[in-house]
Amino acid sequence: MSTLETFLEGTIRTATPLAFAAIGETVAERAGVINIGLEGAIIAGAFGAFVGAGIGGIWSGYAVAGISGFTMAAIFALFAVRLRADQIIAGTAVSLLALGLTATLYRQFFSVTGAGLTIPTMASREIPGLSGIPVIGQALFAQPPITYLLYVVIPALWWWMYRTHAGLALRAVGESPRAATAAGISSTKVQLLAVLFGGFMGGIAGGVLVIAQAGTFAEGMSAGRGFIAIAIVVLGRWHPIGVAAAALTFAAASALQYLFQAMGWAIPYQIFLGLPYVVTLLALAGVAGKVSAPASLGRWKRV
Amino acid sequence: MIEYILLGDALVRATPLILTGLAVALAFRAGVFNIGAEGQLLVGAAASAAVGTRLGAIPSVISIPLLLLAGAVAGGIWAGIAAELRRRFAVLEIISTIMLNFIAIHAVSFLVRGPLQEPTGIYPQTESLSDILQLPIIARGTRLHLGFVIAVVLACVLAWTYRYTTMGFRVRAVGAGRRAAASAGNINVERTSYRVFLLSGALAGLAGSVEVGGVTFALYENISPGYGYTAIAVALIAGLRPLAVIGSGIFFGILETGATALQREFGIPSSTASLIEALLILVVLGVGKTRGAALLPTWRRGFA
Repeated sequence: MSTLETFLEGTIRTATPLAFAAIGETVAERAGVINIGLEGAIIAGAFGAFVGAGIGGIWSGYAVAGISGFTMAAIFALFAVRLRADQIIAGTAVSLLALGLTATLYRQFFSVTGAGLTIPTMASREIPGLSGIPVIGQALFAQPPITYLLYVVIPALWWWMYRTHAGLALRAVGESPRAATAAGISSTKVQLLAVLFGGFMGGIAGGVLVIAQAGTFAEGMSAGRGFIAIAIVVLGRWHPIGVAAAALTFAAASALQYLFQAMGWAIPYQIFLGLPYVVTLLALAGVAGKVSAPASLGRWKRV
Repeated sequence: MIEYILLGDALVRATPLILTGLAVALAFRAGVFNIGAEGQLLVGAAASAAVGTRLGAIPSVISIPLLLLAGAVAGGIWAGIAAELRRRFAVLEIISTIMLNFIAIHAVSFLVRGPLQEPTGIYPQTESLSDILQLPIIARGTRLHLGFVIAVVLACVLAWTYRYTTMGFRVRAVGAGRRAAASAGNINVERTSYRVFLLSGALAGLAGSVEVGGVTFALYENISPGYGYTAIAVALIAGLRPLAVIGSGIFFGILETGATALQREFGIPSSTASLIEALLILVVLGVGKTRGAALLPTWRRGFA
């Protein structure tokens, strides 16, 4: 593979878990709920995937990952949607909860015995024909199959949000829960479902980290991806296609290290590790004034 | 005697928690969501270590305040980046402060392997501070240092400021309702939030200085076991009241030292502590909501 191809492949690989999490968060935020607990859903998903895949193989791993993320989102929703508690604090608590819970369970059941569980991993699978396209073929079409799922989910979500009644209801709730309620939509129910979907996708993102990438679980392996995904949603202007593009931009900043390494530049690796966060900050400043968040986002007015 | 030493350890652990807890409580009180105490603590620690390892033989009465000042200023500047981004570009501080936390982690990792690494170049940490730069021990036989007194005094100062000064009134008014504060109170809301943000960062930065000056005496990676995040629980359990932060800080100090001891004795993972912290935050939220009691100020600011 050429240097450029390595860079592109790294970009898609880094973008995959971020895109899953960010797409889920997009739906939640479009319903007016900002879920900082996304980080918790991802780490819970990672742990769930580790256990699930160890017991029943790859697909059971993904299923348990999704359910784990869903469960964390349910706890968040109980406080943030049902009780109308402050979303930021409830979200922070859920992140802490999941990080603590997974670390405790992992140390209790796996780490102490010394022998970590080996789990089946999802290998890359080339799509015949498409993977032969010059430059981008290998990057886009020689990935683990879970990545291909995104190619379907993102356009489908766009279509659902902008071309269906249910999608309109979601966006209406995010703009004005009260108006949506007056129009006969159950705002609380829409917000609940949106948050749960977001948690499920966050869980899948954690599953990708374990099953398609690391091949094992490590404490705190979500490494802030939940928070990055939330920034990506802002950068992508709460639009599925925009969010996918923002995830790619962020991932490209992360994958720059492959380019620089190949060019033989002796730059300390910590600079590359920190770079994506700097890029995110600059990008957020760059889109200032041009973004319009869902009008009711983060407010906890009783609807 | 063992209990005495353990209590000392708990208070040592409580010191950065009280300082970062105050940082979070102050920011939240004014409606500034500073989730970045962790990063501000780290740059504060880095600045203190940088200054401390370069100061010559200056008397402690001058050098120690310099050390602490360096940390507070660095923490304030780190928070200032997020405050500027919010003021100029309306970037949500929740996101920017979290990003800055990660940048700080990697920056420390870079510093202790690069510019600030100890002379032999073997260990990823800075040189140790000389004896005259270390914060004095205040209780014989323990590791309890002057930082604890500083934290308690600052909590009292903050409580006094809230109650008796114009600045304190402004902070409370802005937190209670931004629009009302601006129209009825004739308060410059943006400026108040901005100042609170910097001050909050300075408090968290000071926590880093105190940790370097009183406990670790050097900068290295993982110098903070997540003090900045536990601080959120500390502040919330205290209902954002500065004096109560002392109590909740000590409570969490005992909890975390106890968790470490439990791990040693019985093999119960110390991560259980963060589990308990998270549950406590949720309980406070849940109780506050179901009883209809206003445990927290009512933020009505949107995110648009």
